[in-house]
Amino acid sequence: MIKSELVQKLADENPNLFHRDIERIVSIVFQEIENALARGERVELRGFGAFSVKRRPARIGRNPRSGEPVHIAEKYAPFFKAGKELRDRLNRRAPAAS
Amino acid sequence: MAGKTTTRADLADAVHREMGISRNESAGFVERILEEISGALENGETVKISSFGTFSVRDKKLRMGRNPKTGEEVPITPRRVVAFRASHVLKDNINAALVRDSATAAE
Repeated sequence: MIKSELVQKLADENPNLFHRDIERIVSIVFQEIENALARGERVELRGFGAFSVKRRPARIGRNPRSGEPVHIAEKYAPFFKAGKELRDRLNRRAPAAS
Repeated sequence: MAGKTTTRADLADAVHREMGISRNESAGFVERILEEISGALENGETVKISSFGTFSVRDKKLRMGRNPKTGEEVPITPRRVVAFRASHVLKDNINAALVRDSATAAE
């Protein structure tokens, strides 16, 4: 599923709203998650999961080809952990025999 | 780093503010979006939200684990897990904001 399919689905359920309004609603939701992460906040959506940001401190790496040390700047990585309900939903049906 | 946590209510509030639709209806949309993503993942589908990221389902095989307290070997049953890969746009925007913040904090 891609974003436009998600928008289409919600548009079908809401014939009273313009398609472009649904598009905006979907964008606002993801934008708001991004804004929170960009402030260093955690986004906790019970049952679905939680987004957080992990800090990767600056470090001295090495160019694997030349062995030369290189400075790697501090960076932040967004992270998602699925919530219990979502994890359980994915595993409700008996997994295929292995 | 800010200790605040963003929740469904904050997302619904943003929709309410920016779209001018009721809080109740806004909350409904947030719920439907999360439900659609969950449903697709449950069906084993990958969910791609451009400029945000991709949620996918990974199959984990049976493996042996160990109870860290007793040292006892226990089987970890095969299962499906959700993986999220942030898009470059999302990573870049988060880094632009937070690296700048930590640089000013260090001064």
